[in-house]
Amino acid sequence: MIKALKNLAELKIGQSAIIDSFTDQDMALKLLEMGCTPGEVVKLDRIAPLGDPIAISVAGYLLSLRKAEASTVLVSLIPAS
Amino acid sequence: MEPNASFVNFSDKSTLKVALVGNPNSGKSTLFNALTGLHQKTGNFPGVTVDKKSGFAKLSPTVTAEFIDLPGTYSLYPKSLDERVAFEVLCNHQNSNHPDVTIIVADASNLKRNLFLVSQIIDLKIPVILVLNMMDMVEKDGDVIDAIRLSEKLGVKVVGISARNNEGVEVLKQALLQPLSVPQYDFIDIKKIAPDAIEKVKSVIKVKSDFAAFQIINNLSDINYLQNKETQIKITDALNTLIIDTNKLQSLESVERYKVINRIVEECITHKSSIKTESFTHKLDGVLTHRIWGYAIFLLVLFFIFQTIFFLAAFPMEWIESLFVFISEATANVLPAGELSNLLVNGIIAGLSGVVVFVPQIALLFAFIAILEDTGYMARVSFIMDKLMRKFGLNGRSVIPLISGVACAVPAIMSARTISSWKERIITIFVTPLMSCSARLPVYTLLISLVVPQDKNSGFFNYQGLILMALYLIGFIAAIGAAWVMKWILKAKEKSYFIMELPVYRSPQWRTVGLTIYDKVKMFLFDAGKIIVAISIILWFLSSHAPGNKFAEIDKKYEGNIFWKETPDEMGAKVESEKLEASYAGMLGKSIEPAIKPLGFDWKIGISLITSFAAREVFVGTMATIYSAGNTDNTQTIREKMLAEKDPVTGKAKYSIAVGFSLMIFYAFAMQCMSTLAVVYRETKSWKWPTVQFFFMGALAYLSSFITYQLLK
Repeated sequence: MIKALKNLAELKIGQSAIIDSFTDQDMALKLLEMGCTPGEVVKLDRIAPLGDPIAISVAGYLLSLRKAEASTVLVSLIPAS
Repeated sequence: MEPNASFVNFSDKSTLKVALVGNPNSGKSTLFNALTGLHQKTGNFPGVTVDKKSGFAKLSPTVTAEFIDLPGTYSLYPKSLDERVAFEVLCNHQNSNHPDVTIIVADASNLKRNLFLVSQIIDLKIPVILVLNMMDMVEKDGDVIDAIRLSEKLGVKVVGISARNNEGVEVLKQALLQPLSVPQYDFIDIKKIAPDAIEKVKSVIKVKSDFAAFQIINNLSDINYLQNKETQIKITDALNTLIIDTNKLQSLESVERYKVINRIVEECITHKSSIKTESFTHKLDGVLTHRIWGYAIFLLVLFFIFQTIFFLAAFPMEWIESLFVFISEATANVLPAGELSNLLVNGIIAGLSGVVVFVPQIALLFAFIAILEDTGYMARVSFIMDKLMRKFGLNGRSVIPLISGVACAVPAIMSARTISSWKERIITIFVTPLMSCSARLPVYTLLISLVVPQDKNSGFFNYQGLILMALYLIGFIAAIGAAWVMKWILKAKEKSYFIMELPVYRSPQWRTVGLTIYDKVKMFLFDAGKIIVAISIILWFLSSHAPGNKFAEIDKKYEGNIFWKETPDEMGAKVESEKLEASYAGMLGKSIEPAIKPLGFDWKIGISLITSFAAREVFVGTMATIYSAGNTDNTQTIREKMLAEKDPVTGKAKYSIAVGFSLMIFYAFAMQCMSTLAVVYRETKSWKWPTVQFFFMGALAYLSSFITYQLLK
């Protein structure tokens, strides 16, 4: 099966996904050190009231990041069971 | 014991240098406070504008430890100034702060991400102790961490503590006295990632580990610890033949590290339950970041804070003022009248009073800020405000400083420190003094009562109140506008990130709150205070001295003349008024009159503009002296005298609507506060920003007043 990749900013609240790759090198470094590594499961936990930034659960904690930053992360959706 | 580990033993040293390093929110500062208590001092890391907190504690009767609290960092990739300091201190063995032992503080309830920094430091091959903090949280979650196994896997000593509850702190102190192993094997095989480059670096200089060489490759351009330029050039030459993509190298390294970390975490942590207490944080977030409740609660919190600062701080401020009045009266009585007594009473004591009077506001604001930070609420405020603030070149974290500016710009600017982006922090510091602070209030009140008619029939909404509100609004608009302009002018030193942890909610810690207050008050009193007292003395000199023997002439004029119809008090006031006019400040006021005439100001206002540089509310006192109103407590008298003043040319009332509004606008915008300038210098560690701010705000005030006066005239 070919993976259909989305970016992290496109997730809906409550959706989980697996990190695949990054499109921005600088941002990738910052996110990697925060535990967003390829293969890691992330879940969109919350969107700020004004639509930006967003909060995701990753590596056992809550991380907030701007949508522009999240859009550099490519993920493959985990279908809701 | 690992067969391939070497040991270091410091038990024969009398002072041990210990660095604390760890992720933000790992409880590093809590541990630092628990270790050192009040034996702390704040200094500077050499060559950079980063505060260095250090403190002392006795480990045994013969051994004292100096603890250095390094800035919180997620990794050893130095991106911000703070992170560069941590990196430099740990990697450079010649650095004066390079520690004998490094304590890595990790949040045990969030171990995976914390182990990243841990693994990097381990690979530097320096003696370390890993502290697993917040073990109480782990237990509460029902998880178990096998610390012995973790210690074996990492090859370093592991101590589990709970700094908040003071558990394990003594054990940690004892652990520092025992021999420490330095792991000889690498956490990850860094050589696999850049084999040639590492070899080349090692052929030029001696390093302790492959990872240290790897760090040199990645940070060659902004490493200052390669003592001489020669070595740097040598390394650059050696690496010249290789194609090096540092971003790629570091991503590879991160991925490798997490691979090993995931394995270790799996082996060392047993999760008992799948349901975590996180659900409490989740539920609370549902309310605190709600689109309606989130903002409503935030407004309520702000309202509560400002009510408290305005009203609660007023009492101790009054006590401080009375205390200083008492001291100055006592001094004046004890010392013979003359230059020395005058300098002490009106220069130094008055200046000190002007410094100390800020303490209650600073203490209260920082008590609240510490509580908001400590509970985790501050991160949520940033979360819900970021988008709004970003439009103006600010950051979610700029909200608190900006709004605190309504009370006083001094603590507000000090609170901008939580903003990690240099550009956003500078903008916040720059525009905060435009918010109408409480020192402007007496000036506004006096001027509004002079020129705005009191409308008794309109009930709750009267003109005077509306004008006052408009002045606050103008300040806010100016601040936001200036921020927006600066967003385009200022070049960013680093990319603005909002990649930030939202920590779980906790109850605040009173020791942290207390130490924050202590720290901030001390910093203000000693750093900004020096400058404020110095300027006070200059201002005192200017307003109490005149060239030649002018003062003596004035005294002579009034002396012994029994034919004056005034009471002695009234006569005394007249003498004071004439003396101020003749003084250097008076001369200055007169000399700037041509420049401020287009704004509708005369030399009397000119003098007040100069003296209120000490603090804006001094305007009222100076006006009282000029109009020889005598008792400055009685605003009514000044008001009447100012109302009666006629314009020498037109014969109409001097304080017309045009002059009144022009003056109010001037006070709204001008940087007439040496305490703020001193604190901006303290926070940016250069005179550049206070100077730019002074001239920018001055120009803005001048232009706006000019327009106001010319339109209303």
